[in-house]
Amino acid sequence: MTGAPQLGRNERPNPPPLAVVGSQTSQDEEIFGRAYDPWVVRRFLRYLAPYRRQLMLGIGAIVIFIAMQLAVPLVVRAAIDRALAGPEAGAALLQLACAVFFAVVTISYIANHVMEFVVGRVAQALLFDLRRAMYAHLQKVSLTFMDKTETGRLMSRLQGDVGALQEFLESSIYAIGDLLLLVGIIVVTLSLDPVLGGLTLLVVPALFAVRAVWLPLARQSFMRARETQSATNAALAETVHGVRTIQELQREDLNFTLFDAKAGDNLRAQLSASKYTNIMVPIVDTLMGVAMATVVIVGGGLALDDALDIGVVVAFLFYVQRFFDPIRSLTLQYSVMQRAMSAGQRIFEVLDVEIDVNDAPDAIDLDRAPARDDAERGAVELRNVTFGYNRNQPILRDVSLRAAAGETVALVGATGSGKTSIAALAHRFYDVWEGAVLIDGHDVRSVTQASLARTVGMVLQDPFLFSGTIYENIRYASEGADREAVIAAATAVGLHRVIESLPDGYETVLEESGGGLSLGQRQLISFARALVADTRILILDEATASIDSYTEREIQKALAILLKGRTALVIAHRLATIRGADRIVVLQDGQVIESGSHAELAAAGGAYSRLNQMNYASFDDIEAKPA
Amino acid sequence: MVFAPSAPDKRLDILGDAGESAGRSRMNAAVLMRITRMAFRHRARMAVAILATVLAAVFQLFVPQLLGRAVDQAQGLIGQAGAQAVEPSVAEAALLTTALLLLSASVLRGLATMMQNYQGEAVGQIIAYELRLAFYRQLQCLSASWRDRVHSGDLITRGMLDVEGVRLWVSTGVLRMVLLSVLIGGGAVILFQIDALLAAIALSMVPIIGVRASVARLKLREAWLALQEEMSLLTRVMEENLAGIRVVRAFAASAYEMSRFDRISERARQVSARRIALFVSSTTQMTFIYFIVMGLVLWVGGQKVLDGAITLGQLTEFLGFMLILQMPVRQIGWMVNSIARASTCGGRLFAVLDLVPSIADGPDARPLPPGKGVLRFQNVSFTYKGRRQDRPTLSGIDFEAKPGTMIGIVGPPGSGKSTIASLIGRTYDVDSGAITIDGMDIRQATVASVREAVAVVQQQSFLFTASLEHNIAYGAPWSDRANIERSAGASQLHDYINRLPGDYRTLVGERGVSLSGGQKQRLAIARGILPDSRIIVFDDATAAVDAVTEQRIRQAIASAMADRTVIVIAHRLTSLMHADEILFLEEGRIVERGSHAVLVALNGRYADLYRLQTREAGRPAPDAEAAS
Repeated sequence: MTGAPQLGRNERPNPPPLAVVGSQTSQDEEIFGRAYDPWVVRRFLRYLAPYRRQLMLGIGAIVIFIAMQLAVPLVVRAAIDRALAGPEAGAALLQLACAVFFAVVTISYIANHVMEFVVGRVAQALLFDLRRAMYAHLQKVSLTFMDKTETGRLMSRLQGDVGALQEFLESSIYAIGDLLLLVGIIVVTLSLDPVLGGLTLLVVPALFAVRAVWLPLARQSFMRARETQSATNAALAETVHGVRTIQELQREDLNFTLFDAKAGDNLRAQLSASKYTNIMVPIVDTLMGVAMATVVIVGGGLALDDALDIGVVVAFLFYVQRFFDPIRSLTLQYSVMQRAMSAGQRIFEVLDVEIDVNDAPDAIDLDRAPARDDAERGAVELRNVTFGYNRNQPILRDVSLRAAAGETVALVGATGSGKTSIAALAHRFYDVWEGAVLIDGHDVRSVTQASLARTVGMVLQDPFLFSGTIYENIRYASEGADREAVIAAATAVGLHRVIESLPDGYETVLEESGGGLSLGQRQLISFARALVADTRILILDEATASIDSYTEREIQKALAILLKGRTALVIAHRLATIRGADRIVVLQDGQVIESGSHAELAAAGGAYSRLNQMNYASFDDIEAKPA
Repeated sequence: MVFAPSAPDKRLDILGDAGESAGRSRMNAAVLMRITRMAFRHRARMAVAILATVLAAVFQLFVPQLLGRAVDQAQGLIGQAGAQAVEPSVAEAALLTTALLLLSASVLRGLATMMQNYQGEAVGQIIAYELRLAFYRQLQCLSASWRDRVHSGDLITRGMLDVEGVRLWVSTGVLRMVLLSVLIGGGAVILFQIDALLAAIALSMVPIIGVRASVARLKLREAWLALQEEMSLLTRVMEENLAGIRVVRAFAASAYEMSRFDRISERARQVSARRIALFVSSTTQMTFIYFIVMGLVLWVGGQKVLDGAITLGQLTEFLGFMLILQMPVRQIGWMVNSIARASTCGGRLFAVLDLVPSIADGPDARPLPPGKGVLRFQNVSFTYKGRRQDRPTLSGIDFEAKPGTMIGIVGPPGSGKSTIASLIGRTYDVDSGAITIDGMDIRQATVASVREAVAVVQQQSFLFTASLEHNIAYGAPWSDRANIERSAGASQLHDYINRLPGDYRTLVGERGVSLSGGQKQRLAIARGILPDSRIIVFDDATAAVDAVTEQRIRQAIASAMADRTVIVIAHRLTSLMHADEILFLEEGRIVERGSHAVLVALNGRYADLYRLQTREAGRPAPDAEAAS
């Protein structure tokens, strides 16, 4: 067997190396549970409701199709017994029989077409509907949920799980057909000749029994094959991504040995699965042979005694060929249902995630609502805010701070001090536990989210670019903005000339989250995006730590333009920004400990002046003190 | 600023066979031959598989004959074409014989099919295994200059889906072709002996269904590829939306995002609907044609039975034959499709497997001589291949780094700093000039010995989904715990790891601990210093580490690696101002060089940068002496 992994040059038998390739894949998505979950099915049916009439049509077509399939051997039988062998045998009857045959197969063709088409379309529609419902819901659920759920996991809901439900719908409808076919064959054969029918049908329970024993064993082997396959693929993918590090650290030989072991496992598992698949072939063929032999001996004997028409024997031979198909599909149906139920549970779990940030019924539009007084227009205020992500673990405790219209307030503090939470609250990503967040003097919970977003803009620390052109990225959701506005924004942040120098200019397509652009350029694009959105208030998580001094100069210039004439809360990492702010708020463990201008705070001898003394180029890496 | 958008030549020409993505399915005989040759290298298995296939077809061919004979016998007719009528008892005995033969033929056919399937599958799986290993090996030794121009997703597709495409053809395609040939050939011989006209009618379904199925399959394949393209677009849109959910929320862009989703989703739905329509009409039509032909056989054959030209049993034999041929004939389309798929998949795989790594040991490559790690750049010039550039990335680079000393390299973005790091580790080869380590040109040394002598710590190092311990020991997997802890200690990570519940066994990544940017860099440093290389290069390796921690790391490394050659590339001057020599790079050239004091006194670009950074810090920079 070539499957045995060979020892690489690097391999030393003892002790084993501290090495693996590919992640240890978790099986939590693969767990097989119940095959029928009434809750899931009920929810599922609601999504089917719009397609009720199409489904009825499809099921009707299936019934007709199956009836015609059952009729074919009967027509052949009639042709033989009446037109060829009967007392009135002759061309006229033969033509009649053939005409009936053509009619039956034509009806069968139409029914088949309708059924396949309707089932395919409805299942497809369901797939798209479910995916859209989930996606739309994810646009609204709380960020608390999004924060703790990995994108990859959600993607597998949006793709794999909806696919499992699509498969379930299709196979359920075909299962109805299979069941009808099986029952039909049993009824027809028994009514053609109870004795011959009864004897021949003995293979049906035998087939069921064999598959019942075989399936659980085989399924384990199939799962093993699938698991080893995905482990091998995971190792390959990891190597593709990490190949530079691998080459630099000379891990090629050891990795190859480890990969060989995984690929070898997969080979063995696949071969074992193949054994399980193929062991069924001679068993089924033998049972089929037994059925045919039974028809020949018993049916032939009866025909010889003239107790049975010869056409019936031929019809039986036709039916025998069809026994196995429905039984095979029906036994496979069980795993399809198991998969669908667990997929359904995961899908409806997502759809049931509560939307906790909602517009109040009497929410007002910030653009139209009069500010309480002129001083409030453009002001951001946190009033005695207590907030956290997990119950009993407040991140902010009784925080009050205010940025007056046009003022730039810098938030400074170590990781975990609550800066980012303040920014998130001002945009109502979350609702506060206690206290209130006020924009223009209005509690953010009393205004519409859409008008809040038109008033409060946000630039994140990690500039996120979407695949698409540079133009689309700058304009983003401000669909009302025209080309001039986009160019003006790019010019303001100092990007216009650079963009123009590209062969495709603004139409240059960015790949994989802005790959090809430097971090600084990506940040400038996100600044331009905020300029186009042109909100009165800006929340800004300032540039990342690892930007070099040259790029930083550009960023600082753009920042000054961005902040001009706006109220701004800036989570500040750099001294340049901090010193340029009108006011600095120093946070520690969720509380404001100092507030004032740079000069005031530097002279005060408090936490800020200590930080300032330590000569950090950036403030954001100061790790939180161990609790 | 250097703007480097994705150039159109990002994909390499050799990989330009866009057959798979553009929806064209070209056949390539050479590729198919090569795959077939690979299969026949497993001679014994293939011989058994083909023998089993032929036997399975032959036993299968017996069945309709026996059925026909049984029908005649049941009417009391025996012999060739029911030549003579006999007594019921004789007929009954004959029926018993026929039944036993029928049973034996079925059992034998089943056993032969099992062998055929299993051996076919085995050969396919073994070839897939071999291809996977070959691909993996190639992947690990191909050079960076090639990888730069290929998408990682594309490579993963080749290693996964393309291997499967080749496997399916070997596992089932080849043998089904044999099966179909024997069934149709043998069947034709038998049927034409009975009645030529009837045989012609019955067999007419073979070309009709075969051609229709093939055409439909190729169309379906194109529709499928088109759907895949739409789906991957939809996937990207959804993924970006979820990953960038904060931006979406910040701009209240959910309506915009939904319209984007709907637009692409609608397109995918239309392509999918087209695919369903194609699939449904082709499968149902094939069934219809089959039954129409069967009806004709019944009609013409029935007339012949009435005329006494053939017996009822022979008519049954015709019908039985059509019954067994139905599936294999429908599979002609499947086969044509799998040939097309194997041909493109194989082509794409071989394009990678046949590449010759540009950085590989020459015939007379020798290991580097033993030494302490004297690194010398002699008039080095270098340009990245396939990138449009008006000037070389590096030109005329000259410097020497001795053991126990440190060289600092600084310069604006795009000045070529990181390229120097890549050249030292021989990720690329120089265009002109030479790099020597302990007196030997690294192009004459074995790649392994160069990479053993040089450790490069990147700004963004790849973390593997494994434990912290595995990640630190990535370049020295046989290290003991004490060494691992020492490295982690020097990179100021030990205390943090110790506080984790699973300490060094904690997993990194999605299912384990998520590290901050600074922690990731410190992990990369621990990993880089563990193998104890002669030369160690830090390529902006502490950009995300705060100044105090960086200083501690520097001190720890300085004492642990006092006799090593150290190259530090950075844009934060505190990281390298205490170096023995600092090179200031601009547009690929060294424009200033000397110690910190010399360069500050020079009052050039370095001094300019120094002022910029110290003014930013708000007070005079710490003395270089104090820092080291």
